Amino acid sequence: MESLRDRAVIVGIGQTDFSKNSGRSELALAAECVKAAIQDAGLSPRDIDGMTTFTLDSTDEIEVARSLGIGDLTFYSRIPHGGGAAIGIVHQAAMAVATGSAQYVVGYRALNGRSGQRYSQGVSGDIVTSDLIHWGWYMPFGLLTPASWVAMFTQRYMHETECKSTDLAQVSLSTRKHAVNNPNAFFYRRELTLEQHQSSRMIADPLRLYDCCQETDGGCAFVVTTPERARDMAQPGAVIRGIAQASADDQESMTSFYRPNIAVLPEMDLVAKQVYAQSGLGPGDIEAAVIYDAFSSIVLWQLESFGLCEPGEAKEFIKNGALELGGRLPTNTHGGQLSEAYIHGINGVNEGVRLIRGTSCNQPEKNDCVLVTAGVGIPTSGMILGKLA
Amino acid sequence: MHLDSETARRNQAFEVGIREYVGMKEGPPFACPDLVNEPMIRHWCEVMGDSNPAYLDADVARKTVHGGIVAPPTMLQTWDMRGYPMRDPALIQNKQRELHALFDRAGYTGVVATDTEQEFIRYLRPGDQITSETTIESISEEKATGLGIGYFIVTRTVFTDQNGDEVGWLTFRVLKFKPSQPPAAVATDGGAPKAPSRIKSPRGHDNAWWWEGIDAGLLLIQKCRDCGALRHPPGPMCGACQSSRWETTESSGEGTVYSYTVLHHPPIPGYDFPCPVVLIDLQEGTRLVANIAACKPEEIHIGMKVECRIEDAGEGMKLPFFYPAR
Repeated sequence: MESLRDRAVIVGIGQTDFSKNSGRSELALAAECVKAAIQDAGLSPRDIDGMTTFTLDSTDEIEVARSLGIGDLTFYSRIPHGGGAAIGIVHQAAMAVATGSAQYVVGYRALNGRSGQRYSQGVSGDIVTSDLIHWGWYMPFGLLTPASWVAMFTQRYMHETECKSTDLAQVSLSTRKHAVNNPNAFFYRRELTLEQHQSSRMIADPLRLYDCCQETDGGCAFVVTTPERARDMAQPGAVIRGIAQASADDQESMTSFYRPNIAVLPEMDLVAKQVYAQSGLGPGDIEAAVIYDAFSSIVLWQLESFGLCEPGEAKEFIKNGALELGGRLPTNTHGGQLSEAYIHGINGVNEGVRLIRGTSCNQPEKNDCVLVTAGVGIPTSGMILGKLA
Repeated sequence: MHLDSETARRNQAFEVGIREYVGMKEGPPFACPDLVNEPMIRHWCEVMGDSNPAYLDADVARKTVHGGIVAPPTMLQTWDMRGYPMRDPALIQNKQRELHALFDRAGYTGVVATDTEQEFIRYLRPGDQITSETTIESISEEKATGLGIGYFIVTRTVFTDQNGDEVGWLTFRVLKFKPSQPPAAVATDGGAPKAPSRIKSPRGHDNAWWWEGIDAGLLLIQKCRDCGALRHPPGPMCGACQSSRWETTESSGEGTVYSYTVLHHPPIPGYDFPCPVVLIDLQEGTRLVANIAACKPEEIHIGMKVECRIEDAGEGMKLPFFYPAR
């Protein structure tokens, strides 16, 4: 069967500094991280002929191309639904190089997420199109922020699985342990205790402050090409063994409240099914993971979606440091979006590549097979990375 | 925001003025008035409730890795504290005080300490002579905070011993801010300012009829005219049979809580916080987001029976509210 298995390789990664106030434009951040990714790959801007990003990114790909002198583009695209696009744009790049639509594709995401528009401040009446009608079912009642939407799912999940806030805390604590060793992380050298988690202020019951990711200014980018080209390049390649997008039955953007059961993630189940079928791999093969962590609870659901544990059993799986370096599944070794930075999952793509290269700040011994996922509660995406043979 | 040229010029002069302080030493190195000593260690431990014998009991301390009494590391900052003169600006003058005065004159009269970071390089022992030197490390951009608009100022103090070796450091962050005006005080000649209200749903082809039902006191559910499937939120086409023909049926308003959240932060103007939001399974089989009323947040639970009343939510906007079933 024709598939994307082993047809595309991530050969370069780049990022800006992460901060709470970058002091520069989102275009500047995008140009910097794209430049860094191209340099990391040992390429020059003129080699790039494809670009892809999020619909939410404020910077047009052609503006980034002009800034860097990239020149001609034969492929460009955008993926909607916020963090759900994180691996979706890798998927775009992979399809473009596998079909010959482009040779070297850059994916990027750059935002002033703290000093500019802050997602935590919620949606408002200013938005346009059919989106506005959609939010109209929630805005009058105060359900305006990502935390408020995810809290509704989390409450039901905790009701059905008897998962406790102290279980959610295990996710926050493990990512923080990793961030303590990562100089690029906001929480570098700043540890978190269970007591601090439990006494942090309630944001949207049952989500407390440390169940929520950060807001960050910064940008991340990566370069994708074919395995044939990748073999002669500057960095060891991270080959894409399986990659997929998915939107599932009765999907809404962040508010899929109307399904018979909302304590599961049908769209991520569908991503898992595809990437396992494509790669010929299974849950037992996954050695490390970068699991999208805009909120602590969503990590638990994804572990279940990818069959890393039985449905409803994630709270048991994550006990005893399973997500930490040395545990069953070292996860979010950069600190994740809870503790490194919130770059809409693209900092996670870059960490996935570092894990394969063996250059993570918290490098596990086994790194042949790394799972990387995208945002949850929205149409989403995921992939499995491996070492280029 | 429109600024007249005079205001813009003054703001720019202030910005330039405060930035000149970044990187400056607060003053010359300060030799702490007392050597590290046991009485002060004992007093500090007593106040802090720390009974660690390594700090207090010479016999026990001698047998520890320290070989004698040491000072608690977190006591570092106390050695250079100046006592009561700290409260009197006339008695201590330095660059940090000068900088704060600049902020005061520009209206940033509030000050609050926000956080500190410290590193302790070695334990201090009785007899150590500590010297501190403080640098104004950074001033943030102007920030909007809950207390008001302001700037975060970070100072870094480095502590050295009698040999000139660094024994620890601390950074200290304060917010200098313009205290927020209560809303009434900013009222212009138009009278009292208008309180913000809940955000209304926009109305279009696919949803206006539902909100008009609410306006008329009816909780409606969309029903496919061909297959009879009920759907909410409503839309132009039936997902089950692709028919575009539909009608409405009135809900009994009876339901159960399927899930819920209580919103605490950020408080959004126009809504009462903490704000409970419920996801209701209506008896007819569709689900609906709304607020719950007459129920304390801690009393809300999944499976709770509720009933709908359509009520005025201010500014003539009607909304469905769910009450605990009688």
